[in-house]
Amino acid sequence: MNHQTSTTDNWEAIRAACLDVLPAHIIAFIEQNQDMEHSEGQLIAVLHMVQAHFGFLGQDTMHAVAQLAQIPLAKVTGVATFYHYFRLQPRGKHMINVCLGTACYVKGAEKVAQRLMDELGIHFGETTRDGLFSLDSTRCLGTCGLAPVVMVDNQVFGPLTPTDVSVLLAKYVKKEKVAAE
Amino acid sequence: MPSPVTDFFESLRDRAHSALAGGGKAGKVTIQVGSATCEHAAGSLDVLDEFTKHIQSSGSDGIVIHKTGCTGRCSKEPIVGIFIPGQAPVKYERVNRELVHEIFTKHIQKGIPLPEHALDGSLDRKDGPEKSGKTSISKHFSDMYGDVSFFTAQNRVAMRHSGVLDPESLEEYISLDGFKALATVLSKSDPEWVINEVLKARLRGRGGGGFMTGQKWKFASQNEEKTRYIICNGDEGDPGAFMDRGMLESDPFSVLEGMIIGAYAIGAGKGFWYIRAEYPLAIKRIQNAIDLCKAAGLLGKDIMGSGWDFEMEIRLGAGAFVCGEETALIRSIEGERGQPKVRPPFPTTRGLWGKPTCINNVETFANITAIINHGGEWFASVGTEESGGTKVFALAGKVKHTGLVEVPLGTPLRDVVFGIGGGVQDDRPLKAIQTGGPAGGFIPASMDTLAVDFGPLSKVGSIMGSGGMIVLSEDDCIVDISKFYLSFTQEESCGKCTPCREGTTRMLEILERITGGSAVLEDLDKLERLARLCQQTALCGLGRAAPNPILSSLKHFREEYIEHIEGKTCRAKKCVAMIHFEINAEACIGCTACVRNCPVNCIAGQRKEAHSIDQSRCVKCGQCFDFCRFNAVERK
Repeated sequence: MNHQTSTTDNWEAIRAACLDVLPAHIIAFIEQNQDMEHSEGQLIAVLHMVQAHFGFLGQDTMHAVAQLAQIPLAKVTGVATFYHYFRLQPRGKHMINVCLGTACYVKGAEKVAQRLMDELGIHFGETTRDGLFSLDSTRCLGTCGLAPVVMVDNQVFGPLTPTDVSVLLAKYVKKEKVAAE
Repeated sequence: MPSPVTDFFESLRDRAHSALAGGGKAGKVTIQVGSATCEHAAGSLDVLDEFTKHIQSSGSDGIVIHKTGCTGRCSKEPIVGIFIPGQAPVKYERVNRELVHEIFTKHIQKGIPLPEHALDGSLDRKDGPEKSGKTSISKHFSDMYGDVSFFTAQNRVAMRHSGVLDPESLEEYISLDGFKALATVLSKSDPEWVINEVLKARLRGRGGGGFMTGQKWKFASQNEEKTRYIICNGDEGDPGAFMDRGMLESDPFSVLEGMIIGAYAIGAGKGFWYIRAEYPLAIKRIQNAIDLCKAAGLLGKDIMGSGWDFEMEIRLGAGAFVCGEETALIRSIEGERGQPKVRPPFPTTRGLWGKPTCINNVETFANITAIINHGGEWFASVGTEESGGTKVFALAGKVKHTGLVEVPLGTPLRDVVFGIGGGVQDDRPLKAIQTGGPAGGFIPASMDTLAVDFGPLSKVGSIMGSGGMIVLSEDDCIVDISKFYLSFTQEESCGKCTPCREGTTRMLEILERITGGSAVLEDLDKLERLARLCQQTALCGLGRAAPNPILSSLKHFREEYIEHIEGKTCRAKKCVAMIHFEINAEACIGCTACVRNCPVNCIAGQRKEAHSIDQSRCVKCGQCFDFCRFNAVERK
């Protein structure tokens, strides 16, 4: 069973709306498969492409995929949420993980985490507006000797006081500013 | 008798040989560097870069670099082989940039090898292949590694090219008898003959199920429906298993050729590779292999001039362990949530898009060309009465030599762990061997003479599985490890059927109570009843196998569970709730190492005075235990 491209009156408008959201190569991939047999089997491949392009699967992009590929949005969302590999939230350029293992907790990880939240203006699981930082907590990183520790991308920093955290953040912000200029 | 297929094959082989002779390693010094995900992580790209720089600055055109796959000798990577014409190859272990310089300036330029850096610390070819009593079907492999006992104790069939072949070169694969098997099959033009050879070989599915491959192919080929599919299952999700990644990255063409032969046997016109998205290098190498084969007329229309058409494409997994189960995998290729379906009907009857489908594991396909080239009877003679051939294991845990090992089925576990693996780390006593990953079970040390084969392993409550083999010493807590595996299956349960969704959660809760010290003996009966229920009633293999670690540990290590519950003690000193750290004042010399490294500053004591731990503030992180060089910190 393959999906016939819709022939509704407003199809051109719908397609144009999708063009605004999705990059050309994904549109081309979807349309090129559309009239083939079992085209709906490419859904996971399309979602991989979307995530590779945007870094995550957003409401708008999933909606556009559903529209263009003529697959119900409920199904697109169902598939996206089933597989661990797909992320539904954008991730910042730098991933900050605060260790909340026992040793770090006792050494004041909570204060460190609070300072991070205050400075960045976000909670765990969120990303700053400028897209630079995502904040999350993690279970023990196995570096209890350096507690309390924070992992930025793949680098572990510790031991950190709330003041150290501010300095560390400023360093990253500065680096980004220099890169931008 | 010449036929279009044999003509095609001969011209293909001639072209491959002349291409290789033109690119010429002949008469030159060859530097062989492993290139797979694990090698890269160990730093082989740096090594490659450094050698390239050295060759360039030396200005010599008599030295070439040969990129190969991975031998499976994980703990010694990156491994570098140096071939100087007329001399035996020399292999170096754990090579880094500095060592590259030394190898280049001393060994390559002055001809003085460096024995202190040689693989396994020796340059002597003391136990060559002729002495080991084992025959290798790849002369190439034994020429290269025939003097290293880690390899000579193995019997390499599926991994015969891993570590000697450039995984991105079709010509090299063809020069090592590549596509000879496909040429044989296509010129015979008798699918039934292929199925019979595989039946004779007694090849059983290497993905874990252990179903006879020939039987599976027969069922699919006898189906009335003519649209059929073949799928290669490369969704290797077991934590601690990496056999499939090894083969896909190191010898992609063998797996691909095996799959084409399988497709021919069952009459499939289309094949799919289902590979984890987490294996980017494997995906890249398989795509490269598909593209090269298409261009060479080995895939697509009129394969090798036989008039038979077969296409294949790659589909990516997306991080769901359950998709290794065949019906879930099919759902995933169809673009659905990867939830399993009730079997029967089996996929060979109604599979992908309702058509007969054969799903075989990567390793199963890797064995096919060997069966065709050497005969089903030969393959059967390698294994046991029950199942033919070899099995690749990912040997890990508390073992001296970790890595990928391939042994004939029927080999005693002992020979794998002590013979090839070199025994338990730090020479601690062996406690158990865990096979089959989260779906498998524990085999106590007292049963280490057990043969690795499908039947014997399941008899003691474990499974062969896809080939994970974890060695556990007296320092490991069986209850803790069972909990680890169950937390994995609990997280990966797809949620479709109640026994698995609820059962794994409740069992995990009980295990947490046991390791946390708040369980009562009655919990043990509950745990066992729940485990049996889940085993008998879950919908798919994941749920039915999830209780295996619990049931097998209850069978062989019940007393440890009882100790946890009644005595609130953990004999391995792993369960944090049941231990505390104390400093033995007599052994303590007052070096302050523990004081300085305690993350919560709960150790008191001045230099040259015995230290003591404030139990009320201790978080039991174990830093003091690890840092003390005088064994003064005791776990109690």
